[in-house]
Amino acid sequence: MLTRAFGERLAVNAVSFEVAAGEVFGFLGPNGAGKSTTARMLTGFISPTSGRALIAGIDMAKQPSSARRHIGVVPEEANVYADLSVWANVMLMAELHAVPRARRIERATRLLERFDLAGRATQKGAQLSKGLRQRLMLCMALVSEPQILFLDEPTSGLDVASARLIRDIVGEQNRTRGMTVFLTTHNMDEADQLCHRVAIIDKGRLAAIDRPDALRRRVDSRRSVEARFAQFAGEPAGLTPELARAEVTLLPNGFRAYTAQPGALAQAIAVRAAALGLRIESISTLAPTLEDVFLSITSPAAATRCEETAA
Amino acid sequence: MSEFLWQARAALVVAKKNAMVYYLKPPVFTFGIIFPLFFYLAFAAGHAAPPETMAPGIVAMALFFTASAVGPLVTPWERQAKTYERLITSPASLIAILSGDVLAGTGFGSLLALLPLALATLATAASVVAIAPLALGIVLGALSFAALGVLLAAPATQGPSQVMMLSNLVRLPLIFVSGVFIPLAQMPEWGRWLAPFSPLSYCADLIRAGFGEGHYWSTLTDVLALCAFIMGFMLLAARWHRRTRDRAV
Repeated sequence: MLTRAFGERLAVNAVSFEVAAGEVFGFLGPNGAGKSTTARMLTGFISPTSGRALIAGIDMAKQPSSARRHIGVVPEEANVYADLSVWANVMLMAELHAVPRARRIERATRLLERFDLAGRATQKGAQLSKGLRQRLMLCMALVSEPQILFLDEPTSGLDVASARLIRDIVGEQNRTRGMTVFLTTHNMDEADQLCHRVAIIDKGRLAAIDRPDALRRRVDSRRSVEARFAQFAGEPAGLTPELARAEVTLLPNGFRAYTAQPGALAQAIAVRAAALGLRIESISTLAPTLEDVFLSITSPAAATRCEETAA
Repeated sequence: MSEFLWQARAALVVAKKNAMVYYLKPPVFTFGIIFPLFFYLAFAAGHAAPPETMAPGIVAMALFFTASAVGPLVTPWERQAKTYERLITSPASLIAILSGDVLAGTGFGSLLALLPLALATLATAASVVAIAPLALGIVLGALSFAALGVLLAAPATQGPSQVMMLSNLVRLPLIFVSGVFIPLAQMPEWGRWLAPFSPLSYCADLIRAGFGEGHYWSTLTDVLALCAFIMGFMLLAARWHRRTRDRAV
């Protein structure tokens, strides 16, 4: 069980989990929940106050260098060497991992090509945009072909194309090489798309750990109906009595209503809309998202709303 | 590959990275040459001594300034540029990273010290009469000064300016108690009492011997003392860096 205290404050409190080889494991939590501190203990950057981390079966505290030979790391808020070229940055990490010369050249060439950085190999790190720097950092982490990849908020603040490219390549490396991935993220869609299992940490404690679909089932009351009309300016509560009892979020020309029985509610809305002469543009039932799970666990207000709706 | 060889290799990789990122820059070179030169000129202006008698001092001081100039800034720069965490989480051990920093400082200091050495032997009446003590003085001196620089890099800060202040606070007084310009035997008693606590004293003593001037200590004493300083600075640096590595992130 890993615990880390900073003075009086427990940043991570008795957290314990296991990640299987070849698994993509998401680590979610609000700001300050202890995600990065946990990741930093796992990569050996900071020492736990108590407990131990085993990486590929090796105790990080006792044999840090041996354990780190198995990992690639893209830390949160990290950067590339601004004065080194793209190529030199990748070579530096390959050399630190003692990748033989011929192999590091072959891998760096392939990775830069895959990350669409081949044409920028001679550019300095300082000349790259944030998205390109993040791609380069991933190249640097992957050039040693690590058994385990640690990604701390890898797509935070990136443009859509860069974020998608990074997600695609991480998924690809997991499928083709069986690389294990430890991903901390705020992006629920990203976790949903990439992760086999996710853990949610809140106030330093592990609040949930399961497959995304299993976690979603925990909040069935967060299923919903989304209705859009050609024109709608009224109060959803006036449409059907069920809507008066449900939690409703207004949308442009429509609304989303949360319910445990979305099918029945959708039918009721359709019937009532027809009776009132409202033209329906779309009406759909939606399963709970990982975001709903996350909010129900990490936000007490949201959790209370969930319970009330379920009741 | 044994663990020692792996880490030795990692230290060389770190040294190469430091050379490329921090040392091979015109301002760093300029600073390494100009600072000791002006220090020398300031001292020489008040003394009528012939330049050749000051050659060992200027070589020792140039070595001291250049070998310890960049080392204190490397870790704060890495923290500030947010490259530090990835370096620490690489397979290179902390000792290997610090050794890489020391090797880069040693190479830089030794190379730049050749410049005043060449000038002194070509442009003044000074001449090198004993290569071994001179070479030992330059190499061991550079190692100890670079290790001191790495030790001074340990405070938990992202601000290089704060470390620079600490660095100068430690380095500048060492010049005055180390017999750089005045042979130790001619220093006042308090100076002779303080001199053994500075690695620069032993380095200057060896370089002085290389130029054929009188020894204050034996060569063996100088060598052993410098080795002790190198080991001591490295052990302290490793301990201090380990304690502060995650505090300034």
